Amino acid sequence: MTVASPTAPQEAGIRTDTAAARRALRNQRIAEVLSAWSLAGPALVLLVVLFFLPVLSVFAIALTDWQFGASTLSFVGLANFREVVADQGFRASLANTLLYVVIVVPGTIVLGLAIALLIESGKSCRAFYRAIHFLPFMATLTAMAIAWEALLHPTIGLVNQTLAGLGLPSANWLRDENTVLPILAMIGIWQNLGYAMVLFLAGLKAIPQDFYDAADIDGADLWFDRLRTVTLPMLGPVAMFVFIVVALKAFETFDTVQVLTQGGPGHASEMLLYTLYRESFEYLRTGYGASVAVVFLFIVVALTLVQARVMDKRVHYQ
Amino acid sequence: MSISATHGLGSPAAITRHAILLITGAVILVPFVWMISLSIKPPGEIFRASFSFWPEHFFGIENYTRALTEAPLPQYMLNGVIVCGLIVVAQVAVCAPAAYALAKLDFPGKNLMFALVLVALILPHEVLSLPLFILGYQIGILNTYAALIFPYVVSPFGIFLFRQFFKTIPDDVVHAARLDGLSELAIVWRIMVPMSLPAIIAFGIFSVVGHWNSLFWPLIAVRDQSLMPPPLGIMAFKNEEAGNDYGPLMAASTVVVAPLIIAFIAAQRWFVEGLTAGSTK
Repeated sequence: MTVASPTAPQEAGIRTDTAAARRALRNQRIAEVLSAWSLAGPALVLLVVLFFLPVLSVFAIALTDWQFGASTLSFVGLANFREVVADQGFRASLANTLLYVVIVVPGTIVLGLAIALLIESGKSCRAFYRAIHFLPFMATLTAMAIAWEALLHPTIGLVNQTLAGLGLPSANWLRDENTVLPILAMIGIWQNLGYAMVLFLAGLKAIPQDFYDAADIDGADLWFDRLRTVTLPMLGPVAMFVFIVVALKAFETFDTVQVLTQGGPGHASEMLLYTLYRESFEYLRTGYGASVAVVFLFIVVALTLVQARVMDKRVHYQ
Repeated sequence: MSISATHGLGSPAAITRHAILLITGAVILVPFVWMISLSIKPPGEIFRASFSFWPEHFFGIENYTRALTEAPLPQYMLNGVIVCGLIVVAQVAVCAPAAYALAKLDFPGKNLMFALVLVALILPHEVLSLPLFILGYQIGILNTYAALIFPYVVSPFGIFLFRQFFKTIPDDVVHAARLDGLSELAIVWRIMVPMSLPAIIAFGIFSVVGHWNSLFWPLIAVRDQSLMPPPLGIMAFKNEEAGNDYGPLMAASTVVVAPLIIAFIAAQRWFVEGLTAGSTK
């Protein structure tokens, strides 16, 4: 709906408007378009310079053998992509990222949903519980990663002290290639579950009370019956949505890898964004880094398009 | 969710609810508690196997003093405030007029521009880092405040969110403002923005929290310690000076995390709204 002045009612009876009036009207319209563009123009220029030219250049750079600082470069076609696909390091990075996502997404959704249901099942202390569980999502992850490192310290960390106290085996969690990725995933769940929780809480609020009343009449007396017949089916679209946004966040994990493991030991905790960073900015293999960026872009865009379809469905569903 | 009469505060179900949520909440808080606990302990107690939260010898003054003086921590915090502040001001200044044009004006190219906003919305920013780094290098602003700020001066999400809000403001309001002789730019700042304050605040929180916590781009954009925002600064502190000196390191971490936590506790509803607004894009 726009408020631009209408181009005058062109009723057949009105013959009073002269050429001058028409010209004035056209001038007014031109002035309007100019003022609209003067408002939207700066944003458009910045979008082009800071988003669209860069994304096009990533594709272009990915097709060259350029190294940052070198004065020459040549077109190498898809050679970088062939190298990326064949590279053991990149394969490990992709596999690690997928495994990480496969742990973090269900873990975050199940815990986030369970906590949201528990909070919503009573009236007292709702804001308090919500605040506590949401805290990690907004705490600076770089700083909290350092706290996690202290917790996971092989000798003085609380985790190993507790395990030793209980007579259970302990480990050097961040230096052992078998435990490092699950531990990073656990930190990922810790960070994101509050986010999933608030999204589910919003979804729960949107379920009409009528549905529960109807379920009551149908004999769904138990909490579990109401959960099974009303709550979970109605949360389906929200759950799909949470699934995608948490998956996107998991794919974009960088801080914990950079601070805690630097991808090690070996390649055991290397993930896509860390590979992208290291190849592009530490090894300055610019062309190679750009092709990693392209692969990453395709994954994220594919997920986002799935999200867009889900959101479309949700609109129709309600 | 219907609560039957038996579900009073003392009922078994209510007690179970509180018990579970207190336990999960406690587990969630463990890293925060451990961080604060180590930040007030002397080295001797940190390296002794013990569970106590409170130290035998309170060493908080020493640790926090070292954190604030050995690393340029106040400088990091100031950098964070400057960078986040300039980014959010620039974003609102650029996005609000554009959002108004998209919501309330008619001009050729409008649909194309909105399509560009939607495409920019799904681009992960890390993918753009390489060309933005090269751009920053070409115009010679790497390793300055400008390098930390320039990639973010326009926010596709900001344009999108403000446009949604501006569309809900009745057209009559705009007509009336025009009759009063307000220019289009004045309508943006004196009518649309004040009437959309909840959206502006939510976006502001979303932006500030995101950039205060961000490590990826600052790691690329600046090298000088005097320019580092808090996450990058604390990483440098860990790598170079503190190493295994946990007391000051945890004190520094606490100082970095504290401002957002305090703001969050003070304005919980706004934070939840702002940070989840980002997901409804």
